[in-house]
Amino acid sequence: MNSPSSAEPLLQLQDVSVAYRTASGAAVPVVRGVNLQLAPGEILGLAGESGSGKTQLLLSIIGLNGQHAQLTGSVRYRGQELLGRPIAELNRVRGARIATVFQDPATALNPYLPIGRQLSEVLRFHGGVPGRLARERACELLEAVQVADPHRRLQQYPHELSGGMRQRVVIAMALMASPEILLADEPTTALDVTVQSQILRLLLQLRERHGIAMVLVSHDMGVIAGLADRVAVMYAGRIVEQAGIDALFEQPQHPYSEALQRCVPSLAGPLPQRLPSIPGAPPDPAALAPGCAFAPRCAYRLALCEQRLPELREAGPGHWKACHYDQPLGRLRGELT
Amino acid sequence: MSSQVLARLRAQRLTRIAAAVLAAIVLASLLVPWLSPYDSYTPDFALLSHPPMLAGAHVLGTDPLGRDLLVRVMWGCRISLAIGVVATLMSVLIGVSWGAIAGYAGGTTDQLMMRVVDVLYSVPFVPFVIVLTVLFGRGLWLIFLAIGAVSWLDIARIVRGQTLSLKQREFIEAARIAGVHGIGMIRRHIVPNLLGIVAVYATLTIPAVILFEALLSFLGMGVQSPMASLGSLVADGASDMQSHPHLLIVPAAFLTAIIYAFNYLGDGLRKALDPRGQP
Amino acid sequence: MTRYLLRRLLVAVPTLLLITTLGFALLHAAPGGPFDADKRMLPAIQQAIEARYHLHEPLWRQYLRYLGQLAHGDLGPSFQYRGTSVNQIIAQGLPVDAAVGLSALALALLAGGGIGVTAALREGGAWDHAAMALAAVGISVPLFVLAPLLVLIFAVTLHWLPAGDWVAGSPSHLLLPALALALPYAGYIARLMRGSTLEVLNSPFIRTAQAKGLPSHHILWHHALRPALTPLVSYLGPAFAGVLTGSIVVESIFGLPGIGRFFITAALNRDYTLVMGITVLYGTLIILCNLLADLCYAWIDPRVRLA
Repeated sequence: MNSPSSAEPLLQLQDVSVAYRTASGAAVPVVRGVNLQLAPGEILGLAGESGSGKTQLLLSIIGLNGQHAQLTGSVRYRGQELLGRPIAELNRVRGARIATVFQDPATALNPYLPIGRQLSEVLRFHGGVPGRLARERACELLEAVQVADPHRRLQQYPHELSGGMRQRVVIAMALMASPEILLADEPTTALDVTVQSQILRLLLQLRERHGIAMVLVSHDMGVIAGLADRVAVMYAGRIVEQAGIDALFEQPQHPYSEALQRCVPSLAGPLPQRLPSIPGAPPDPAALAPGCAFAPRCAYRLALCEQRLPELREAGPGHWKACHYDQPLGRLRGELT
Repeated sequence: MSSQVLARLRAQRLTRIAAAVLAAIVLASLLVPWLSPYDSYTPDFALLSHPPMLAGAHVLGTDPLGRDLLVRVMWGCRISLAIGVVATLMSVLIGVSWGAIAGYAGGTTDQLMMRVVDVLYSVPFVPFVIVLTVLFGRGLWLIFLAIGAVSWLDIARIVRGQTLSLKQREFIEAARIAGVHGIGMIRRHIVPNLLGIVAVYATLTIPAVILFEALLSFLGMGVQSPMASLGSLVADGASDMQSHPHLLIVPAAFLTAIIYAFNYLGDGLRKALDPRGQP
Repeated sequence: MTRYLLRRLLVAVPTLLLITTLGFALLHAAPGGPFDADKRMLPAIQQAIEARYHLHEPLWRQYLRYLGQLAHGDLGPSFQYRGTSVNQIIAQGLPVDAAVGLSALALALLAGGGIGVTAALREGGAWDHAAMALAAVGISVPLFVLAPLLVLIFAVTLHWLPAGDWVAGSPSHLLLPALALALPYAGYIARLMRGSTLEVLNSPFIRTAQAKGLPSHHILWHHALRPALTPLVSYLGPAFAGVLTGSIVVESIFGLPGIGRFFITAALNRDYTLVMGITVLYGTLIILCNLLADLCYAWIDPRVRLA
């Protein structure tokens, strides 16, 4: 998979798989053979429903899948292999070059430590910055993420802040050591809708002003549409479609992407009689059938689909799909019969 | 839900072993005295403090008065288990009622009832029981009363906490709309949902009660001779430890086995009810 | 904070009152009196003794008199040991109890805490299984079985430590009783800390700390330890109460001249004031320790506001 851009990719994942060892000894695959690239300053969206493996994929970049996980493949940051490295070496990259924002700000912050401590310790361990300077930088960043009265906030504890403010603090914490890449796992899911749009706008600003690249995981296509340059759609641990954001929304090439978009009713046009949904349920990762995992729920299913796993192939410039069905889609939107 | 719980219980090996051991001991304590030619109180002056004769007449030996140790220990098991179960039952009945009523009623009633619990908590429990047993004789019923009267505090607190969180659940609101109130609500909706945690607590209280009674016996305040609980047998054996170790080891082994078994059973129950909880 | 303290101390008063009243009532309700053992006494002498100890007065008067004395910290004269006051007896025995009890508690906390946390860090490994089996022994085997066993091993067989008695300031005489007393609590604490540490290590905020690239030892000490300690702090109150009462057993086995040993003989001999005095003392200590534990908890967990 060659990126058309001339610059070397910031982050390159090749054939990454994550499997969990169960008590009985079997290995349950949650991520299967993923290939991804991230260019500098690019925002890559990872879309998919719960259980599709997107969070596990994100965690595998910095090796946080836990002791029962088996990782294979290659994760390269600036050409340097990260997968399988000892924790001490990974710690030089975590937080400093690749920072993470997790889903629920209420639980992501340590309730027993004041905010200031949690912010400045990042610089203490990445760069040996003395306390006072670290606290100044923390104040700067709190202002940048629009938290008012930053000096007072430093002494406060997480439970004294509102949800939106907590997430801003988490973002500021991620930015402390000026990382190149931000990994964001459902950064707005736990927040109110009004706060959501503020946070999203904040993230966009970060890319504009500081050129930070991002991998944004979300099950909300709206969030992805508002933020991402490119999108990779995941289903049952595999990438089923990858394209630029406009291309994906205008002409989805994979039945799953098409079905996903159809699930969000449009404000324009007539109201649907029933809310559309995708029939069936995502497969159990412990009992995956051979062939395409989406086949049982697919409107374009062929006999081949249940036998052979479709590989990711180029279906247009910069547009990749993993599907055996070669004709243009549109059946679900009523364009074709 | 309970079939899932049973399945998880059965899956844990340690719990199965614990349950089997307990069942074996209970069965033995019921059958052995019935089947054995010896009773628990007739002395045999020819065979005082005899060590175990595994193939001979007295399988586990005799005590300082020549009584068959196996039968004595089996009676001891009966009494210790009975004390454990009855006292725990008492404390569960009182504690669950107190906690459920306090939690469900809320407001000042709750505050008052819990304040009583707090105050009672600060009473030095062991000295009080000692005083009670010393002053009022050492009848079996008094021991039940003393132990049960104090051990309900913990379960009351736990039940109250659970009731408070259960109160917020939707099914309680639904029942209220359907016209269920007060005692009926507590009886039909709250208590059945507490059974899990109460079962765990009860299984872990029984060994604590047995140990406590054993402690009282050790201090000379438990059951009276010629009746013997495992605790008094251990106490008697401890004083003769060096010359006749079997007098200490045999009852101590049974006591320890019972305690261990209940502890593992309680643990297994806890894990079966909440597999995501603490191991 | 001061308001909270005042309120707690205020609640303590009725508690102590209750304890005193209960004890008083029980003692006087029981058959027998303090001087029954001295059968052969001339009526005149008996009357004089009763007058001296106010035993002829109506109960309520004796009760109020006792309360008044109590308010001044005077626990009264001992009926058993004539000529000695209860305060004196307690002052004599308390240092022994304090030494044994506090050492036992410290041992239990350090050993139990250390074992529990390290077992959690090496979850599923050999040390984990061994540690938890050991903890189960401490919890399941009764103190009065363990203690003689320890004496058998360390004193009689190995001759490493003395089997009993007490020599003030001698650590070798302190070690075995403190060890015996500490074992059950160490076992419980080990299991408690293991579970608590595991739970904390699986928390989302620990994952955040790891994602920040913080070194593991920093995460353990500065992020994980405080939350993991909270159940232990809650347990401190009951643990202290347990150590207090457990010392009664330990004192009998090792022949230590502490308060616990006095308690039983006092109850047997109807030495009202000594029984009451020790009971009130125990009650006060338990109340104080619970208060201390609650304060510690509030200090550790910033979300708890002392209401």
